[in-house]
Amino acid sequence: MEIYLDNSATTKPSKRATEAMKSAMEIIYGNPSSLHRKGMDAEKIVRDARKSVAELINADPSEIVFTSGGSESNNLGIRGFLERNPRLGRKIVTTSIEHPSVLNLFDFLEGDYDKNIVPVDSNGFLKVEDVIRNIDSNTALVSVMAVNNEVGSVQPIMEIGKAVKELNPNSAFHVDCVQALGKMEIDVKKMKIDLLSGSGHKFHGPKGVGFLYIRKGIKINPLFYGGNQEEGLRSGTENVPAIAGMGAAICEMMESMEANCRKMKKYKSGLIEGLKKNMTDCMILSDGQGYSPNIVNVCFKDVKAEVLLHSLERDGIFVSSGSACSSNKKGNSHVLEAIKVPKEYIGGAIRISFTWQNNLDEIEVLFKSLQKNIAEIRKIIKGKGR
Amino acid sequence: MENIIAINYGEVSLKGMNKSIFISQLIKNIKLKLRDFDKAVVSRDQGRIYIEGYRPQEEESIIGLLKEVFGIYSIIPALKFEGGMEEIEDVVLKAARAHTQEMPVKSFKVETKRVNKKFPMKSPQVCMSLGGLILENIEGLEVDVHNPDMMVFVEIRSYNLVFTKRIYALGGLPYKTGGRAMLLLSGGIDSPVAGWMTAKRGLEIEAVHFHSYPFTSERAEEKVMDLASHLCRYVNSIVVYSVNLLPIQKAINENCKAEEMTILSRRFMMRIAEKIAKQTGCQALITGESLGQVASQTIESISVTNQSVELPVIRPLIAADKVDIMDIAQKIGTFETSILPFEDCCTVFLPKKPLTKPKLNRMLEAEKHIESEELIVKAVNEKTIRKISID
Repeated sequence: MEIYLDNSATTKPSKRATEAMKSAMEIIYGNPSSLHRKGMDAEKIVRDARKSVAELINADPSEIVFTSGGSESNNLGIRGFLERNPRLGRKIVTTSIEHPSVLNLFDFLEGDYDKNIVPVDSNGFLKVEDVIRNIDSNTALVSVMAVNNEVGSVQPIMEIGKAVKELNPNSAFHVDCVQALGKMEIDVKKMKIDLLSGSGHKFHGPKGVGFLYIRKGIKINPLFYGGNQEEGLRSGTENVPAIAGMGAAICEMMESMEANCRKMKKYKSGLIEGLKKNMTDCMILSDGQGYSPNIVNVCFKDVKAEVLLHSLERDGIFVSSGSACSSNKKGNSHVLEAIKVPKEYIGGAIRISFTWQNNLDEIEVLFKSLQKNIAEIRKIIKGKGR
Repeated sequence: MENIIAINYGEVSLKGMNKSIFISQLIKNIKLKLRDFDKAVVSRDQGRIYIEGYRPQEEESIIGLLKEVFGIYSIIPALKFEGGMEEIEDVVLKAARAHTQEMPVKSFKVETKRVNKKFPMKSPQVCMSLGGLILENIEGLEVDVHNPDMMVFVEIRSYNLVFTKRIYALGGLPYKTGGRAMLLLSGGIDSPVAGWMTAKRGLEIEAVHFHSYPFTSERAEEKVMDLASHLCRYVNSIVVYSVNLLPIQKAINENCKAEEMTILSRRFMMRIAEKIAKQTGCQALITGESLGQVASQTIESISVTNQSVELPVIRPLIAADKVDIMDIAQKIGTFETSILPFEDCCTVFLPKKPLTKPKLNRMLEAEKHIESEELIVKAVNEKTIRKISID
């Protein structure tokens, strides 16, 4: 038995995705740049996938550039924009709970730019006012993630988008939507998004492929140079099989997005209810309004997260931990630090992340395994030092 | 003329009546090591082992592999050919030229061994004649019989051998000529080195590894398997037994004082290792202990853990400094893996202040609160076994 509940780390590619990939490797293996029919067939696959991506976020296909994934999209969007538009201002703004591909890039840019990191509240949410406070005529770019990957807090993207455009229409609004796609509606027009990052393997597509949406009229520089594929923004022969797989995964997901979200909500509320009713000394970080339907981050007192993770693994259940057990690798998650999880809880944080492909029986098994293993671990950890 | 490698086996040649046992095992080990070189022929003749028949371009790789075989003292890449003085002159010039092109040489000496007494010239004559030849033909060289940069060796047997290089290898005794021992292998720096040093003295090694899954991760176990596979370069294959110590740690945790955890678990590890060792015919245990390194390695602690077993415990590193152990680990290729950050013992079970001067009586008393024998039997029965080999 295998119960995979680490879907914010990655998802299992769907059958339709793998079939699309297989065909793009075995049959339609041409180079989209080639002039012959083999090339044209491959080009058509890429074109169809581009259309699907555009549809998912209400953009135009010409606004989509394929990349190798979320990290590259974040780098290309942010760095590419700043390098292309050096006179817009020196201030760049982001939040304390972004993905490392944004935070580390901001650290790198710090020498040339004035870096502003907006904190979140203890529930993991940004206050729009706090972001607004950082926007003025000198602001070049604002980057905010739509859904946090560790606690699942959904940020007020639409409000921030409007505010950015009102206060400084020249600055760019970048949104990391890697965790959001498929779990909530994303509309680049309504949300006033200029740059948007997405990643294929977070919604049952393959790894190694993602995309960047670049609003028409926004100019960016590429990260590297070559054969000028993707309008010169992403040189290198297109990863046709992966692009095909991502396209297929998006089509499949869009057919039943609402039903998918309903399912995940049911799993989440079922689990949280059980935790609240039956579990002592646990702190649920992703409970209530404003959180993504697929993430439950829960901290158990007197439990080491990694030990719990391996205990669940022994029962065939896969989740992820918010902190490392190893003494060589002291490091609690920057997100959990940012939302100020109390000391006695932070070491016992695990993240359970669903997909619509899970079912209620699996949640039941998870719950029983959690109860059993936590009791056992606590017995050992509390028994220490007699 | 063909390439040939001569192998000197140093210490083995002192073995008197038992010599042939050592040499045939060494030949077996060499053949195993060179199994991918289908043309290489291994033979034994007059105090040496020879490898020939291989393709010239394979020589470097073969020498590289021979440097990992215990019991080889030195490796001599030579040229083998038939004929008289004329042929010898040709080959000697060729070999000396090749050598001087490879590295800077100012002085040389020729040494001749005439095994074939029917050869018309005597050794000193051969040396003089060849020395003159080299002086005439290769510029910038002079003869130095005391401290030459290059030695040109000529051996006249039923065939002739010429060589200018001697590569020193690991030494030691051939693997599997000295019985068998069980290594307590952790993920650290010391135990792989201890195992390597013991194997170098001819003992066949098996390994036992303790983990606390799920309190430790599978990556920690993989790391130990990686270390074992590094050792396989020298021992070809190694059996690793994995034992989950968690039930025992739990029992200690519940029934004993926290400060006793380290020393008690050490005693359990030794007893489990001994039990498996006896089952598989091992005659000793090997540990990487080094005096004073950590709490469980003070002389008091070692003494208390030592008294939990009957088998002799080999501790090759007992008086070595950490830096010296690290040097060996670097040399044998285990260091980089050893320093990866996956721990085989979860910090949960590390007492803040472990005993450093334990008393045996107190430990025996503490163990009375635990169903020791039962736990040990269970741990041994539930071990998993993996045979690690080079590929």
